[in-house]
Amino acid sequence: MTTSRERALGSDAVRIEGLAKVSGTARYSAEHTPPGCLYAWPVPATVARGRIASFDTAAALAEPGAVAVLTHENAPRISDPEDAILGVLRDDRVPHRGWIVAVAVAETLEAARATADAVRVSYVAEDHDVVLTADHPGLYSPEMANGGHPGTRERGDFDTVYAAAPVTVDVTYSMDPMHNHPMEPHAAVAHWHDGRLTVYDSSQGSSTVRDALAALFALDPAHVTVISEHVGGGFGSKGTPRPQPVLAAMAARHVGRPVKLVLHRSQLPAVVGHRPPTIQRVRFGADRDGVISALAHEMVSYTSTVKEFVEQAATPARTMYTSPHSRTVHRVTALDVPTPSWMRAPGEASGMYALESAMDELALAAGVDPVELRVRNEPSHEPDSGRAYSSRHLVECLREGARRFGWGDRDPRAGLRKEGRFLVGSGVAAASYPVLISPSTAEARADADGGFLVRVNATDIGTGARTVLAQIGADALQAPLERVRIEIGDSDLPRAPLAGGSSGTGSWGWSVDKACRALRARIDAAGGTVPPEGLSASGDTTEEVGAGTEFARHAYGAHFAEVQVDTDTAEIRVRRMLAVFAAGRILNPRTARSQFIGAMTMGLGMALMEGATIDPVAGDFAERDLASYHVPAHADVRSMEAYWIEEDDRHLNPMGSKGIGEIGMVGSAAAIGNAVRHATGVRLREVPMRPDKLLPHLA
Amino acid sequence: MKSFTYERATDPAQAVALLARDPAARFLGGGTNLVDLMKLGVETPGHLVDIARLPLDRVEVTDDGGLLIGATVRNSDLAADPAVRTRFPVLSQALLAGASGQLRNTATTGGNLLQRTRCTYFQDVTKACNKREPGTGCPAREGVHRDLAVLGHSEACVATHPSDMAVALAALDADVLLLGPDGGRTVPLTDFHRLPGDHPEKDTVIRPGELVTGVRVPRTAAGLPSAYRKARDRASYAFALASAAVVLDVRDGVVGDVRLAFGGLAHKPWRATTAEATLRGEPATPESFRHAVEAELAAARPLRDNGFKVPMARNLAVRLLTELADPAATATDHTDPRRGDR
Repeated sequence: MTTSRERALGSDAVRIEGLAKVSGTARYSAEHTPPGCLYAWPVPATVARGRIASFDTAAALAEPGAVAVLTHENAPRISDPEDAILGVLRDDRVPHRGWIVAVAVAETLEAARATADAVRVSYVAEDHDVVLTADHPGLYSPEMANGGHPGTRERGDFDTVYAAAPVTVDVTYSMDPMHNHPMEPHAAVAHWHDGRLTVYDSSQGSSTVRDALAALFALDPAHVTVISEHVGGGFGSKGTPRPQPVLAAMAARHVGRPVKLVLHRSQLPAVVGHRPPTIQRVRFGADRDGVISALAHEMVSYTSTVKEFVEQAATPARTMYTSPHSRTVHRVTALDVPTPSWMRAPGEASGMYALESAMDELALAAGVDPVELRVRNEPSHEPDSGRAYSSRHLVECLREGARRFGWGDRDPRAGLRKEGRFLVGSGVAAASYPVLISPSTAEARADADGGFLVRVNATDIGTGARTVLAQIGADALQAPLERVRIEIGDSDLPRAPLAGGSSGTGSWGWSVDKACRALRARIDAAGGTVPPEGLSASGDTTEEVGAGTEFARHAYGAHFAEVQVDTDTAEIRVRRMLAVFAAGRILNPRTARSQFIGAMTMGLGMALMEGATIDPVAGDFAERDLASYHVPAHADVRSMEAYWIEEDDRHLNPMGSKGIGEIGMVGSAAAIGNAVRHATGVRLREVPMRPDKLLPHLA
Repeated sequence: MKSFTYERATDPAQAVALLARDPAARFLGGGTNLVDLMKLGVETPGHLVDIARLPLDRVEVTDDGGLLIGATVRNSDLAADPAVRTRFPVLSQALLAGASGQLRNTATTGGNLLQRTRCTYFQDVTKACNKREPGTGCPAREGVHRDLAVLGHSEACVATHPSDMAVALAALDADVLLLGPDGGRTVPLTDFHRLPGDHPEKDTVIRPGELVTGVRVPRTAAGLPSAYRKARDRASYAFALASAAVVLDVRDGVVGDVRLAFGGLAHKPWRATTAEATLRGEPATPESFRHAVEAELAAARPLRDNGFKVPMARNLAVRLLTELADPAATATDHTDPRRGDR
């Protein structure tokens, strides 16, 4: 075991489950069908606000194959949920259009759908308010924004310094709602047996779902098992428990048989969260060299009447640039809309779109190159906290990206590069994402045959987590990667946090590393041989993570984009995107690259086409399928390159890694918008930058 | 989805006879739109007569140099047909601008003509829609209508016809061949689709029980310079915000034959007869093109959020006319044609 060996970490190991996925043998939640399983189909509310007056289920129950219709009048009681979006079928209140008011259960999927369609619901509709405006009378300042950030922060004297600054920028950017729309819709299969509940759920963290179900159904958590073995994406929408496992468990209890519930694509927008729209005002006061003296970032957004969610869009401004005088404010209003929630890089993706677009405006106002402007505003310490950075290589990302992209050849003047009917331009923006970490537990076992088993309730939402954790385990065990088996995605495994906040690999990996090092020590103590009964060890990082850090920890990056704008139609196409990231040690370049370019592609979507329209009349989202809610098609993604700078940061975790799942999306839309401005001379202060928005500004 | 029965027809006459037996029956072609609408509950046929394998799957060059396109020819096959590509490039380009590769492999010529609007209200049975349920109202006028009509709409309906192919066929003076219980008839494509008026539930003039058996393209435009260009929200797999199909014959700097049709603007492919009449005999210059196209689009009545379609359509048409009039001066298109970015 001590012979020379390639280290697994840092190698481009292929996904362990890749073959199973591409050959169709990897089973996702909806593909589990216990014997006797019934099918459920939700009935969404068709008013945007009101009360349910009555149900008529006679016709529904007469449908062939119909078994039951659950409503708040007959559904099993559940406890008060910690997360109010899980409080389904409890009362007659309709907080938004698409809220699930009933669930049909039948022998087949088709019968369940027909049964649901036949349920007649009478509503007492009330006037609804679904339109966010910058001066909405319901706006208030919440105490906290998502992620536990203070809603408002003031440092120094913004107003005075801003008023005296020789160079100022005062701009407002807006963003439409966006939907997560993972490829695999939310699905759950619930099965009660011997007083226990087993649920296959498409989730980013089955330990969390297990705890939620145990609380709602008043069960011992040890009697609930939630399995999320393979998950087809989530982008945050599966990070918190969603109604589908609750409804499936309710229905299964009601009918006494297993029940499968798969949300239809059209139901996702109202039920699984979305990125809320934001209106963001950014003000810079700077000296004539572009060095910022005063910075204000003030965001307006909405939440629902169900619960408060505050997109923390003003928080990046607290950490990014030197800003002796600063004001960062979040305000929201509770509208009759579906409840917003996490969508890939909540806060950072939205906030950095505005901040990095405004930085481009400051560069123009000060007459400074946009790369150089960012270098000049590099802080020595994190402005908001005064803490030292554990590592910060934004400047290196900018310089390396500029070199690779060919930024040095750029003529800063706008609207000059005409190629036929196209105008061409380029833009830059910075990226940042915090290093988040949560306590995790893991177990490792050695068998006498030389094999190892690592167990941790991580979730692989398509990122390659399973593979990277095996790599971490192999190195800690000083074993070849192929001897390490790994089990994840089951709440009966050692408890672990969800795949979210780009924190999975760091959190799970730390506990895997700890368990595997302990096991290695035991094997060594046993003389290097594993006894017939095997050896095992566990790792729990509660103490290490709880100790916190004295450092400000963030990953950084720089995006460069080149766009062409069709002057006839205002269609914008991205010719190439290139980004350089500094995100600690990259543990697997193959899976890391796919994380980076996948997120950059999502940023391209945010910039150009992804945006939902709230129908003011009906009160819901107009786009509820992938034909109308446009995500980038292959033809939209031409040249997409991601590079990274290896960081040696000893203040993170034993692997030296920072999260990489979200940073690729942060700043990418701003780089594209800045490139559009360079191409056309038009500053479009809203995304998505669809042709209808840009065309009126083109001559 | 409502349960339905299914059978496959073997020849056109039998298909018509099968449909005639059941007023609630529908023909099934590639199913790329009808099956979606059945899942949504918008279409609820009790019986489907599958016509996708009828022997109408040929593209023939007729004796007079035109085309006879069978109703079941797949969009991909039609786009790739050598006669279409060389003699009627506008048609091939329009087909390739539509949908996605997978959909084009399945969608048929007849089905493409008969596809329904993608207006989100029409597709949502929980909302009012005069096209789906006459008399219930049109929430799109006050609601979400960025993608909807600027020309020829009515109080009752502001939907657009989604086809790209039909726009090219409109410019080519194509005819739609129909077979019904009372025999066959031919309808000019420009008369086949209707404006909504008071009966938006009727997309076309097709009569109950009639089957589209094919499309005939006359030789008149064969070999003339022609092109299709479409503006959309993403580079592929998106319906037209606006599109233009142009056939142009310039002799000695003067416009001879010209045909112009717009997509994405109206309840039907919009043949720009005013612009054409204005242009014939005029100098083939950007100025006269612009003047003529603006004369056509003067009839536009945009809604609150779709006024951008008018300059967009104008720019598309003027550019295409200008390029076709003087290919040497055609601007370099730096987009990669393999990407479908036309």
